[in-house]
Amino acid sequence: MLDFIQQLVNGIALGCVYGLIALGFVLIYKATEVVNFAQGELLMLGGFFAFTFITFMGLNYWIGFLLAVICMALLGSTIERVVVRPILGYPQFSIVMATIGLGFFARSVAGMIWGTDDLKIDTPFSRSVTENVVRIGSLVIADDKISIIVATVLLCIVLYLFFSRTRMGIAMQATSQNMLAAYYMGIPVKRVFSLIWAISAAVACFAGILLAPSTLIHTNVGFIGLKAFPAAVLGGFGSIPGALVGGIIIGVIEQLAGFYLPQGFKDVAAYIVLLLVLWFKPDGLFGMKMRKKV
Amino acid sequence: MRFIFKTDYNQDLRLLKHSGYWWSYGVLAAFLILAPFGLDNYLVSQLVFVFIYALVGVSLTILTGFTGQVSLGHAAFLAIGAYTAGFLQSLGVPFIIYFPAAAIVTGLVGMLVAIPALRLSGIYLVIATIAFAFIIEEVAARWEAVTHGNEGMRVRTLDVFGGNGVTLPRDEPGFYFLCLGILVLMVILALNLARSPTGRAFMAIRDSETAAKSMGVNLALYKVKSFTISAAITGMAGVLFAHKLSFISPEMFTLLLSLEFIMVIIIGGIIGLHGAVLGAIFIVMIDPFLTLLKDDVPGLVSSIALLFGAAQETAASIGAAVGNVGSAPGMKGALYGLIIIFFIIFEPYGLYGRWLKVKLYFQLFPLYKKATFKRQKTYVKSERNR
Amino acid sequence: MSLFQVDNISLHFGGLRAVDDVSFAVEKGEVFTIIGPNGAGKTSIFNLISRLYNPTAGTLTFEGQDITKLPPHEIATLGIARTFQNIELFENASVLANLLVGRHCHTTTNVLTELLFLPSVRKAELAHRRAVEQVIEFLGLQKYRDMLIAGLPYGVRKVCEVARALCTEPKLLLLDEPSSGLNVEETSDMAFWITDIKKELGITVLMVEHDMTLVNRVSDRVLALNYGKVLAGGTPAQVQSHPDVIAAYLGG
Repeated sequence: MLDFIQQLVNGIALGCVYGLIALGFVLIYKATEVVNFAQGELLMLGGFFAFTFITFMGLNYWIGFLLAVICMALLGSTIERVVVRPILGYPQFSIVMATIGLGFFARSVAGMIWGTDDLKIDTPFSRSVTENVVRIGSLVIADDKISIIVATVLLCIVLYLFFSRTRMGIAMQATSQNMLAAYYMGIPVKRVFSLIWAISAAVACFAGILLAPSTLIHTNVGFIGLKAFPAAVLGGFGSIPGALVGGIIIGVIEQLAGFYLPQGFKDVAAYIVLLLVLWFKPDGLFGMKMRKKV
Repeated sequence: MRFIFKTDYNQDLRLLKHSGYWWSYGVLAAFLILAPFGLDNYLVSQLVFVFIYALVGVSLTILTGFTGQVSLGHAAFLAIGAYTAGFLQSLGVPFIIYFPAAAIVTGLVGMLVAIPALRLSGIYLVIATIAFAFIIEEVAARWEAVTHGNEGMRVRTLDVFGGNGVTLPRDEPGFYFLCLGILVLMVILALNLARSPTGRAFMAIRDSETAAKSMGVNLALYKVKSFTISAAITGMAGVLFAHKLSFISPEMFTLLLSLEFIMVIIIGGIIGLHGAVLGAIFIVMIDPFLTLLKDDVPGLVSSIALLFGAAQETAASIGAAVGNVGSAPGMKGALYGLIIIFFIIFEPYGLYGRWLKVKLYFQLFPLYKKATFKRQKTYVKSERNR
Repeated sequence: MSLFQVDNISLHFGGLRAVDDVSFAVEKGEVFTIIGPNGAGKTSIFNLISRLYNPTAGTLTFEGQDITKLPPHEIATLGIARTFQNIELFENASVLANLLVGRHCHTTTNVLTELLFLPSVRKAELAHRRAVEQVIEFLGLQKYRDMLIAGLPYGVRKVCEVARALCTEPKLLLLDEPSSGLNVEETSDMAFWITDIKKELGITVLMVEHDMTLVNRVSDRVLALNYGKVLAGGTPAQVQSHPDVIAAYLGG
């Protein structure tokens, strides 16, 4: 039983990261109908930026964190302007391929700049080398796992408030409902798109920095983005809470599969679940059924 | 401009519409037949890879170009074809049997994949095929009795009838012609498909599922057919791929390979089978091009710099800089990324689309309008409700 | 017995009753028109007949056969073809290819013979082509034959929709607002064609239409709907003078 709870907690922490990446997908998809296959690479870049500010330049962890998030937000809106905006309205397949190309490019360039070694960021959470865990009874939880869960909850509250309480957040909701109508109502659709990409990149950066202590930072860390797809699909691809719940489900399933099932299942558990969900409930667990009007 | 005077409906069914085609394809055929005897071994070997990639390109053109279903999991079909061939060969089955067997097995797997894929469209289908490819990759790594797991599997020289002495070693013209022959055959079959009811049903599904249904097209059946045909052709390519490399292991059939295949049709152009071949040439020739960039271009650049009066050292350092760019790790990935983005933004119909535009330009000269192919910007084109 | 019969059909989306207990019968050889304000449930009835929607209750009978449970792709084979209000042509194909898709329900060949393009396939293709050419001749589409749909003006596309439906050799043709978006001249052409379809080809027509001039010119019988319910039925003149219909249109 203790094993189970232990794995469950680790799974939730992992799932929070998947959920954050999935959140990035969903934000962009809802507003612009673009599925950003480079979300994992944004996470990777976020990690590298944080490494540059914190370890390389020796800034304070929190200042470095903030700078990395700001840099990524700027980068996100630049990507939107340069790559995504010219191809809006193309078939979805083209857009998907463009973002995959972007991912390739980002990974290679990151490799050229930061090298292919694993990089490490020192966090203020690791109190000492030997004792960086919290013990509750005989349950052992690593500090970085707790930091992930706490940060995810905080980030979600902030995003929720932004979308429901601010003018810009409501404008974004309107844009995702109907682009053209929003445009006619005077909502600056182009700026909304830039901002959505900025937020999404910032969220990815968040996830990247949170993930850094447990997986280190390297050029292939972005492949975790592929694990976040099942999370987003599970959540129905259009629902923000759905993405988080989907991420946590995937994280827990993966962790439990790694613990209880034979070797090999851990890596594909997420995909098997995904195929099963698509088979029985093609619109995801929280998805809305939409029908084309003829 | 050539005007064809049509007097018979049969004329529209011809594959080679007029005499010009005979000329151009004749020249191409002559080149391809003479190539293994004239070109150096490396280039001939690259041509074999072009044929294999083009074969996958044809299969993806049927699935994506004709039917509008996207797959990012074709590396998995290639793997299934390759492993079926390798396994059957190790049991002593001859090529003449395991080649069609691999195509059939892969086709059947394609059919199984299509069944859950029927209810999916757009982005869900892309993700489902990625998931399928990951699962197959994992199976290839774990099912050691058949695949030898991560150690990989050696594929022996291609023996057509098994022990009769008719062998086609991978570097000899015989293998080259086998690959060429299969490619030509599959292109012809695909063209036949395109001009018959099944091909039209595929096209109908691509453009409007609702209208296709109302015209009597059984969506499920035709999507399954499309997946099956596409997978079977990829399976054949897999057999040839295994023989060409003479060694297969799970890490060869990754998402990256699936992406290369998709790049074949994006770069070549999704609107026709020509695109599959053009795209294959492009993708396969990136490697020799990068080698060239590494080996020859630095020297060339520095000598040009010298010519323009740069000092010896400056010229050498310029050359070295170019060499560094060429040999930087991950250069290929960056190049792939840029090429994909470039093509999608500037030439969505690929090389073949560009060729058609150039042709039209000369046919209409001097009346060609620049706006002929201008794309209309759409703001609200939503695929959510499809 | 009527050619086509709708009995007490209903379609509910949650609480919304798009079609509520509608019954009517279409006799062989007539032009039957459904009219009604926007949102009255006219197109929903078409979507029910072509089986894109599943009815909540009720039955559809065509030539004595219950078609309520058939899959959508078998409807065309039975002899019911339709057009769409917001054109659903195959955009990236030529007019000829679009019309040939209309022949799909008469396909006799299978994939294997098609891959090899055996003589039997060629023969079948030539037969399809001849059938399509008759429709092209009938609707005067000759000069657009090899053009892509994406490059055609709206009016021609509308005609292509009708042509594609005719290529299935239907017994019952469903026309969903054939005149919407057409100018006066094109509407008048459409009226002639509908009459010709009835008289020369002997095809029964079930139509949804807003343009009352067109309705009066071609319809034998008219059914008026509002909020998914039948208001009135009968000849065009009878229906137009019916107080409920006037109230529905003028908001009385």
